[in-house]
Amino acid sequence: MPRPEVLDWLRNKFFPHMWCPGCGHGIIMHAILRALVASGKTKEETVIASGIGCSSRMPGYIDACTMHTTHGRSLGFATGIKLARPELTIVDVMGDGDCTAIGGNHFIHACRRNIGITAVVMNNNIYGMTGGQASPTTPLGAKATTAPFGVIDPPFDVCKLAQGAGATYVARATIAQPLLCEQYIKNGIANKGFSVVEIISSCHTQFGRRNNRRTPLDNLNYLKGASVPLVKAEGMAPEELEGKIVTGEFVKREGTEYTDLYLELIARVGGDRV
Amino acid sequence: MPRVEFWQGNVSLAYGALAAGCRFFGGYPITPSSEIAETMAEKLPTLNGRFIQMEDEIAGIAATIGGSVAGYKAMTATSGPGFSLKQENMGLAYMAEIPIVIVDVMRGGPSTGLPTSIAQQDVMQARWGSHGDHGTIAYAPSSVQECYEIAIKAFNMAERFRQPVLIMSDEVLGHMREKVVVPEEGSLPIVNRKRPTCDPGEFIPYKPDQADNLPPMASFGDGYRWHITGLTHNEWGFPTNCAEEIAKKCARLMDKVSAYRDDIVEYETESVDDAKIIVVAYGSVARTALSAVRQARKNGLKVGYFRPITLWPFPDREIETLAEKAGTVLVPELNFGQMVLEVERAIHGKAGVVQMSLVNGELFQPSEILKKIEEVAR
Ligand SMILES: Cc1ncc(C[n+]2csc(CCOP(=O)(O)OP(=O)(O)O)c2C)c(N)n1
Ligand code: SF4
Repeated sequence: MPRPEVLDWLRNKFFPHMWCPGCGHGIIMHAILRALVASGKTKEETVIASGIGCSSRMPGYIDACTMHTTHGRSLGFATGIKLARPELTIVDVMGDGDCTAIGGNHFIHACRRNIGITAVVMNNNIYGMTGGQASPTTPLGAKATTAPFGVIDPPFDVCKLAQGAGATYVARATIAQPLLCEQYIKNGIANKGFSVVEIISSCHTQFGRRNNRRTPLDNLNYLKGASVPLVKAEGMAPEELEGKIVTGEFVKREGTEYTDLYLELIARVGGDRV
Repeated sequence: MPRVEFWQGNVSLAYGALAAGCRFFGGYPITPSSEIAETMAEKLPTLNGRFIQMEDEIAGIAATIGGSVAGYKAMTATSGPGFSLKQENMGLAYMAEIPIVIVDVMRGGPSTGLPTSIAQQDVMQARWGSHGDHGTIAYAPSSVQECYEIAIKAFNMAERFRQPVLIMSDEVLGHMREKVVVPEEGSLPIVNRKRPTCDPGEFIPYKPDQADNLPPMASFGDGYRWHITGLTHNEWGFPTNCAEEIAKKCARLMDKVSAYRDDIVEYETESVDDAKIIVVAYGSVARTALSAVRQARKNGLKVGYFRPITLWPFPDREIETLAEKAGTVLVPELNFGQMVLEVERAIHGKAGVVQMSLVNGELFQPSEILKKIEEVAR
């Protein structure tokens, strides 16, 4: 049962939520709320943005400044809000399709700018909302409604993508590790620049039922069995890591945050005296 | 003392936006609109405003909407291909009732078309481009001076009605240089969005005030917590499947423009009182049309000039009255016939409508329109 100070962040008016019972996304919402509370944020200074998808319905349930936008584009909106009001804390929640397919371009550019937003990528390896179509993170061979004979498209590694594009905090955990999720989201929020926290979620309804993981529990058990902490993974051969989910903090580095640079620019050209 | 400047249309439009209080610009470069972004990039930081060049037009309008949600008067500017890319997020701004100004400096299409040539092929896209129904407010300036003034009006309308407002400029106007008499600061009315005055705990984000049927808008970061969504929603901003709530919301999106139609519609006329032919033209074409009308008058022909300044809402009743009296309307346009359809709809068959199309990347010559007037007069 969530603690009262966490429950206080829920928008009871918007319940019941639309997620299937047992959907992994709820665990992520709980982790985000705990991380916000632990970071000492107020609802008035917190913005939760999202695109479109089951994952992206989350902001509606959170009693903060929330914005449910268009599929894949949430980082564009979040960038505008952050640039306008750098003092706000912005968490942008997105599905794997939202983030890496239609929103892939916005994602890499947000990483490149190192703008102070925490992207929580809720990766369930499928398009949940639209009925189980393949996403850019659906594993090779897995079945999807648009890949009835198994996916042949190589998947993205969200964390490597974020790292390559310049994010200053990049971490991965699974919903089977709720405390780690909370910790990483909290670290992401504490990072001044662009943070990416990929959380491997589950969709038994659209992914599991076509891929031998029919129940929420099957999925949790799978995630427990498949995850390998980074420290351990570092000593493993690539073949051993095949099909594994490496969890941990991949990037933690200093980097000038975009709105800091912009405010500096304003000061340089005298705009701060207006 | 008003100042006199010699500005390019795009630059004038940008300065007008700044005078309106625009302090946020998100965009992506595209000819023939880029000078607007360039002017904003130079000026906004000096005014403690925000400029950002995004990775594409979709993100450009997204950032602009975000800037508005955070309380800034916000604008984006583009042309043809970029205008197409912006359509989906424009829809979000209509649905979520976020005030922004969008400039489309029209060039030839379809597709990449004619990046450096004038056209008027996006005027129906302005009205119907984003999927779903909504009321549209779109201006068509026809001088560099007007670029400045219309930028201010567009912001005033966006802020007042909480919706996107479009400025449909064109390549010739955007790149032409003309004298601009810059109005003194404070001499033109500036409208700022209505803010909630209630306690944040009592704020119902989409509950319209009784007096004007428009909801006040809070900004993120101002102490009010609320939900924005592109899903059809009720007064709480909560997605709804309730027929009554859906009907109410959708009707209000239309009513904003229809109920205040007379406050919004703007047009200009010349020599219409005894006219037997009325030339209806907008944007840069209105300039050549007016010179043709004046020449025709000199030649003794009873011709009048009607220029819609707002393309949407269209000055339909005004055109209808004049057309009925005149008997014939001539509509020159740089497309294969777009606003002429609206003219026909407005007139209800009470006058003959003659269409003139030019789609070759050029502007009509006054002599071409004059020739057509003479032909029609015969
Ligand atoms: C422009 C656009 N294209 C397609 C869709 C349809 N659509 C809605 S959600 C979605 C995918 C959702 O998948 P994901 O982002 O992985 O989130 P999930 O539902 O799995 O949480 C798609 C394709 C849309 N809403 N908008
Ligand atoms: S379809 Fe999948 S992702 Fe969507 S709510 Fe159900 S379990 Fe969750």
